[in-house]
Amino acid sequence: MSDTTDTGGPVLAADGTPLKRSLARALRRQKLRALMLIAPLLLFILISFILPVADMLYRSVKNGIVADTLPRTVVAIADWDAESGDLPSEAVYAAMAADLKEAAAAKTHTKVGTRLNYENPGIASLFRKTGRKAKKFDIEGVASWKDELIDINKDWGDIDNWRTIQTYSPRVTQGYFLNAVDMRVGTDGAELRPEAERIYMNLLGRTLWMSLAITVCCIILAYPVAWILANLPMRKANILMILVLLPFWTSLLVRTSAWKILLQQQGVINDILVWIGLVDDSARLVIINNQFGTIVAMTHILLPFMILPMYSVMQTIPPSYLRAAKSLGATDWTAFWRVYFPQTVPGIGAGSILVFILAIGYYITPALVGGTKGTFISNQIAFHISSSLNWGLASALGAILLAVVLVLYWAYDKIVGIDNVKLG
Amino acid sequence: MKLAKMFMATSALTLAGNVATAEDMANELTLVSWGGAYQASQVKAYVEPYLKMHPEVKVTWDESSAEAVAKLRAMNEAGNVTWDLVDAVASDSMRLCDEGLAEELNHDEDLAAAPDGTSASDDFGDLLVSDCFVPQIVYSTTFGYRKDLVGETKPDSVCAIFDLDTWPGKRALQKRPIDNVEWALYCDGVAKDEIYDVLGEDGGMERALAKLDTIKDQVVWWTAGAETPQLLADGEVVFGSTFNGRLFSAIAEQNQPIEMLWDMQSFDLDGWVVPAGLPADRKARVMDFLKFATDTQRLADQAAYISYGPARKSSAPLVGKHAELGIDMAPHMPTDPANSGNVHVYDYEWWADNRDDLNAKFEAWLAK
Repeated sequence: MSDTTDTGGPVLAADGTPLKRSLARALRRQKLRALMLIAPLLLFILISFILPVADMLYRSVKNGIVADTLPRTVVAIADWDAESGDLPSEAVYAAMAADLKEAAAAKTHTKVGTRLNYENPGIASLFRKTGRKAKKFDIEGVASWKDELIDINKDWGDIDNWRTIQTYSPRVTQGYFLNAVDMRVGTDGAELRPEAERIYMNLLGRTLWMSLAITVCCIILAYPVAWILANLPMRKANILMILVLLPFWTSLLVRTSAWKILLQQQGVINDILVWIGLVDDSARLVIINNQFGTIVAMTHILLPFMILPMYSVMQTIPPSYLRAAKSLGATDWTAFWRVYFPQTVPGIGAGSILVFILAIGYYITPALVGGTKGTFISNQIAFHISSSLNWGLASALGAILLAVVLVLYWAYDKIVGIDNVKLG
Repeated sequence: MKLAKMFMATSALTLAGNVATAEDMANELTLVSWGGAYQASQVKAYVEPYLKMHPEVKVTWDESSAEAVAKLRAMNEAGNVTWDLVDAVASDSMRLCDEGLAEELNHDEDLAAAPDGTSASDDFGDLLVSDCFVPQIVYSTTFGYRKDLVGETKPDSVCAIFDLDTWPGKRALQKRPIDNVEWALYCDGVAKDEIYDVLGEDGGMERALAKLDTIKDQVVWWTAGAETPQLLADGEVVFGSTFNGRLFSAIAEQNQPIEMLWDMQSFDLDGWVVPAGLPADRKARVMDFLKFATDTQRLADQAAYISYGPARKSSAPLVGKHAELGIDMAPHMPTDPANSGNVHVYDYEWWADNRDDLNAKFEAWLAK
């Protein structure tokens, strides 16, 4: 007993090194081996997920193009006071002429024009038109570039254009994010856009409440289905399961188009209602190309994502609990509400998170059946990616959507607790 | 030994490099188009004859024209452009040119002259809206209506769209401001040549939207060209705008009870764009194909398969009959004198400048 204690020095391993260090080394080796095992996955996630998201986030503030294309102008215009009401000095015009000459030779003048056009409509053609002549500019040979440029295009004499160039000369901009929340850089700081141009906050709100409505509809429809599936004998449950999964395996476009055929005014549902006399032929129901259409179609499309987690949770609840509750005198309702339902909450939670997060990112279905009032913010993101090419704005909208999802996830964790979510 | 040989071979190649011969051309050609009947007409009119002359060439199609600008930009950023020749509408070609994503062409050098010797730039004339663009066809966005649903009075003006009293029922319009706001202002009493001036003024767009407000709850908004023929065939809408070729195929090929309303049709162009920065051998092949595919006869041949007007003036007299139906194609062309009495020519430059701004207003209005 006494020979192992009080030797004074650290505990040594068999080879004489301190035990602590030797243990740490062994653990480190183990950790390294574990890391090597998951390295392919880690690398995959890094390359295919984390880097693109980081790039997207960076794009939403990136604005190097102005400083890169018009380097002299950016320096020269830095100390011009836009509020003075005077046009920039002769030096700024000369710098712009030199920059334009170089940019036109490299064919980048139109790119910077497109960038600035997002903030100030009309500036793109100013750059395009001036660029056509800029290749032949004789920088030294013109006495006043101010007069010369204004002579080429009178818009060079417009203070607003110069203000835009000055405002967007830094390499990082908040412009895209401001635009994404319906604001803009005004003469004194950020201000709301005129009401006729506010889109995104309205759309974001609509996206959230409609996704919530879709989630609630899914819960209501999925709960009894999952309950039946969990309580039927195996063979019958399997057949029913196929009915749940079959639409799940069908193309999204096919299912959405099917809803079009069902819901349109000359469609199956309206035809039946008219035929049985519930609805007059001249007053057919408008149940597509609006929010109703989007909610119906998306509830149907996302339903399996709610049924499956609910089903797997319900399967694990022993039926004897309900019998025990009833034998102790509970009514059917009490037994369900006090005993059965609380045990299914983890399944509802998992399904709700899945459905809600999938729903706020949907854009094909809302685009096809949503009309004008049933579209989501993702439709605008898709528009800016593929059509308007304003990728900065698309990134800013995406970043906001990502932030909203993370905040909701955090709130969910606080209120319900993420440990209470079970997929099976 | 080996290295020296390789070095010699390379320098020999560099010496010969300036003379483009068939050996220097790549034998793979990736074309980008819209799919469907339009792409089929290009296969029949340009690609099959070209392949007969050059059996060594292998053509691959990519049906991505709808997202051409975005995809080309992404490819360019990644430094790996896999497309050789891209079919795009004129406004997209202007943006590709602006972004430096498309090659600037010398139309007279790169394209074939007309048979009578007229230079390519004169033969295409005003349709060369951008330095990067070789137009193939003139198409129009115009209206079709259901013969059986419009009642006694046949509509003969685009303003029938805004007249709910005479022609009640739903209308299908494209979900974008272009064309719709011009039609709205025109029917609000603005003279045709003043439309863009009015639209550019303060309150111009608001005026157009106010006119559209009068029919807003009767409008079904479409995004894909195939939607309108379907909506018309189902009787979902009484009027619908779409590309004239889509209406032609619904009327002539599928015998739907639809009639054309050519008034104030909006002319637009579709054509080829060469991506910037192709390697020399691929570019040589593309330019060779492009010269062939946009000559007078090829453009006229295309009109036998689809009802879009050839972009060359010299092609117009050569337009014949539909290849399968045997009907005369000329009366179905948007450029036919009987159809083009009152046309709207849309201003590319103006829209390039104002698109983002007006689109924001349009979207905000739609969401209201």
